[in-house]
Amino acid sequence: MKPSRFIYHAPTQIEEVLDLLWEYGDEAKILAGGQSLMPMLNFRLLAPAHLIDINRVKALNQYSLSDSGLTISALARHRDLELSPEVELAYPILHEGLTNIAHVQIRNRGTICGSLAHADSAAELPSIMMALDGQMNVRSKSSRRIVPAGEFFRFHLTSDLDSTELLESVFIPSMKRNSVGAFDEVTRRKGDFALVGAAVVGTWSERGTIEDCRIVCSGVAPTPLRLLEAEELVSGTDLSEEVLVAVQQLVMESLEPTEDVHTSAQYRKKVTGVVVRRGLARLAEQRSVVNV
Amino acid sequence: MTQLSEVRDLEKTANLGTGMLRREDQRLLTGGGQFLDDLPFGDFYEAAILRSNYAHARILSIDTEAAKSLNGVIAVFTASELGPILKDLPPKVTNPKLNYQVRLPIVKEYARYIGEPVAVVVAENRYIAEDALELIEVEYEPLESVGSTAQALKEGAPPVHIGSETNVAVHLIQQAGDPEAALKSSPHVLRETLHVARGGGHSIEARAVAARFDGPTQQLIVWDNTQAPHYVRQMLATIYGVSEDEIRLIAPADIGGGFGPKAQFYGEEVLIPWIAMELNHPVKWIEDRWENFISATMERTQTHHVEVGFDDDGRLLVLKDVFEHDQGAYCVGLKVPTITMSTLPGPYVIPNIHSELISCYTNIVPTSSLRGAGRPQAVVAMERMMDRIAEHLGLEPAEVRRRNLIQPDQFPYAVGLTFRDGSPLTYDSGNYPALLDGVLERIDLAEFRAEQIEARKSGKFLGLGLAMFVEGTGIGPYEGARVRLTNTGRVMVSLAASPQGQGYETVYAQVAADAIGCDIDLVSVRHGDTSFIPYGQGTFASRITSTAGPAVWQASTQVKVDIIDVAASMLKIDSGELVIRGDRVEVGDDPEKGVSLAEIASIANVGRHGMSVARNQPVAIERTSYFKPSQAAYSSGISAIIVSVDVETGKIEILRSILGHDCGTVLNPLLVEGQVLGGHAHGIGNAIYEEAKYSKDGQPLTVSYLDYALPTAMEVPTPELFHVVSPSPLNPLGVKGSGEGGTVPLPASVANAVEDALRPFGARIREIPLTPDRVLAAIYGFQRDET
Repeated sequence: MKPSRFIYHAPTQIEEVLDLLWEYGDEAKILAGGQSLMPMLNFRLLAPAHLIDINRVKALNQYSLSDSGLTISALARHRDLELSPEVELAYPILHEGLTNIAHVQIRNRGTICGSLAHADSAAELPSIMMALDGQMNVRSKSSRRIVPAGEFFRFHLTSDLDSTELLESVFIPSMKRNSVGAFDEVTRRKGDFALVGAAVVGTWSERGTIEDCRIVCSGVAPTPLRLLEAEELVSGTDLSEEVLVAVQQLVMESLEPTEDVHTSAQYRKKVTGVVVRRGLARLAEQRSVVNV
Repeated sequence: MTQLSEVRDLEKTANLGTGMLRREDQRLLTGGGQFLDDLPFGDFYEAAILRSNYAHARILSIDTEAAKSLNGVIAVFTASELGPILKDLPPKVTNPKLNYQVRLPIVKEYARYIGEPVAVVVAENRYIAEDALELIEVEYEPLESVGSTAQALKEGAPPVHIGSETNVAVHLIQQAGDPEAALKSSPHVLRETLHVARGGGHSIEARAVAARFDGPTQQLIVWDNTQAPHYVRQMLATIYGVSEDEIRLIAPADIGGGFGPKAQFYGEEVLIPWIAMELNHPVKWIEDRWENFISATMERTQTHHVEVGFDDDGRLLVLKDVFEHDQGAYCVGLKVPTITMSTLPGPYVIPNIHSELISCYTNIVPTSSLRGAGRPQAVVAMERMMDRIAEHLGLEPAEVRRRNLIQPDQFPYAVGLTFRDGSPLTYDSGNYPALLDGVLERIDLAEFRAEQIEARKSGKFLGLGLAMFVEGTGIGPYEGARVRLTNTGRVMVSLAASPQGQGYETVYAQVAADAIGCDIDLVSVRHGDTSFIPYGQGTFASRITSTAGPAVWQASTQVKVDIIDVAASMLKIDSGELVIRGDRVEVGDDPEKGVSLAEIASIANVGRHGMSVARNQPVAIERTSYFKPSQAAYSSGISAIIVSVDVETGKIEILRSILGHDCGTVLNPLLVEGQVLGGHAHGIGNAIYEEAKYSKDGQPLTVSYLDYALPTAMEVPTPELFHVVSPSPLNPLGVKGSGEGGTVPLPASVANAVEDALRPFGARIREIPLTPDRVLAAIYGFQRDET
């Protein structure tokens, strides 16, 4: 469990990072928090010839909250965001997701952007980012582009980034008035990747119905999975017990989840419906809080 | 020989019976532990091992040229360069009926599990060594393989050992009474098939070996983080064909846990020292976590087909258990399954017993003992059936147990079977009703049942599970200790056994100080080096307190007599008038008059050159004692678990865990508590989390902590502990083992609790660990693809 030989680069400017990516492309990997990359290097699942350590790039080590939303740069650690009262107030679901990521020691090092670029569908952040309609600010030496979260996750451990691109930051638009969210997952141990998980977001209308509902599941497919049919079923309803039972049934019947060493497809099929229902039930509970 | 005294009344001792903090804690808690990889070896070469990536294959050729030519590589060894040491690594415990198959240190022709050593690279450092592994080209001819006992025992299954007609390693039967007749005549008979999965030891430092041939003394020095230094030295001396004095085996003071896998003997332990001699340069090999997952021995896989016959009152008439045990690719030892065979009856009076073992070879890394060593599975078989009897008769599980317990006045109690140490299974001591009462004092059954019924109304499913056990500990053949008075007037205790966190440096100072009567701060304890004491067995099977403990006690009481006799001669006074206080020997009623231990050492050990010594005055105050127990000493215990099961997700929450434990006299309550707590954590892991999974053809699927769910502090509840003390009559300290008792009952008690919680669903728990998947499958009856 020692990595293969690599050349180590420690740039201090974003431009240097982009130059290195431009030059080495496929042969390079970005090292941010290292919480997924280092084990993969040690297992020799990855053997990049060049490692670009961005920890000295000060410009990437920040996050900012404005009226329009939250921008999280490449080096911001899970723990930075988790401990921010402003972030917790503005995005309770993000805070909840962050507290479910691994353990404190890992959250101290791990980065939001690193986790998203790693694109593990069983992780917390990809599904939450999709539920919040986040945007990925992707940059290379030659171009900048914005990728909606819904188009960013391509396959298991595969994102939309090409080999010259850096996920420079992510942007999460501010939540609308009376928007609520909930994150629920089932893990073997505290801090594990999800066997199944669900991030649900919706907005309570003045009529007392839930609108613009987004339901995104983690751990059930090669990418976070948005359940459009379920969203349609619940949107415009009051999330009554009957609706919750119906959506659980729908998810259980329609889902064709993956099987792996952690659990069976049948388990995922059954329990995804449960976590979706529980997440939506918590949106229902929050109805009184948002003064509808 | 000095008459042995006994310690039974700890009230009268200065140190024994008190919960002294471990002397080891300071260094371990401040990052100062000296694990093998921390030792300042200097310019040792580092080895890495190429391991088979086929579960079963014939090796046609190995090309090491590219690896050898890599810059920084010193040498590459395969079986063809290691002819002189291609010798059998024999099983630690065997049986004449064993279908014996040779295990070599490195693959010669057939690789039989993924992880088996194929080649060794020695390089300037481990990075280069691992680079070189990728350059070795091995041509394999893949062969059919089996990845479970079920596969291995199927009609027409491919053989793990080509040429062997069967994959059965050994088939053994033990009986008491007439079980077949009893099954026929029993008013009630219940049957079940129960499966327990594989798991590992997971010591914090994985295995490690370093070796250097010392030219000036012509001695091979081997550092090995083993649980059994003398055993490894003996094996190496045999394989290398040298005398035991030509090898010095050192287990570092801290080895980061053993748990059983480090009490076995492995090919790597033969390869590394030999290669160091071949290269005439020191070499070290530090096993990494991935290697540990695929090449260190594991335990637990058993499938029990159990039947119990009982009367209308729930009294046991007969127990019949036929179980399959996974031996792995080779037989490292038969200790585990034979322990299972004799652990089955537990604390109950059972007039008729049939215990039958079918152990088989599979294409998986071999199994050996792992904290609990065959007992958790036996307890699952017995205790799950005790709950089924209660369910069948509509009785409280605690009541069914109470009706069947061996009573305190029945000791010594002959079960009618034979234990793994070769002696008849005769329980020496215990108070099983007190264990059960201890739980019932802490859980009001009527109150719990009312709460359970009430909770179901709001969709909350609570369950209570009990499990009791009797555990053979303190086995032979012997263990040794050397106690001597040093030139500075201190007492040095040298142990053959090396610890893995049990606190030997603390507890054996307590034993020696109390036996001698001196200040405990004058006593030092060292261990793990074969140069300290010539013979020993090692730390395993919860045996050291009841073997090395009495040895330290015996040697120390002899040293005390010597010290006093020398003082008597020096002071010209009758030895009966003298007492040892602090660092002096004094006249009892005239403390001014006395001599220091340092002065005694000067007279007795250094002596006066060439001068004769008075006839009654001892010289060279140093005593070595070996204690050999006549048979195993039987610890016992009970676990009670209260769970809440989420019937929608299959997640189990442990609301209460109570552990009652009887290890006889408690020499240091803090250390015993630590042992039981550690064992309990391991038991929680076995019950709910840990499972080494393999594909049907033997591919390991869980080779990192991402996939193998070792519980963390977050998963392990703090148990409520209580002790019952029934001293063993088999040793002068009255002690019995405590290292494994915390683990043994947990898989059974948790499974009982979960099944109790799920009784409204009629769910049947047949497989352990209780993963969310299995719990839901038990509730909703969906099929799982079990190998």
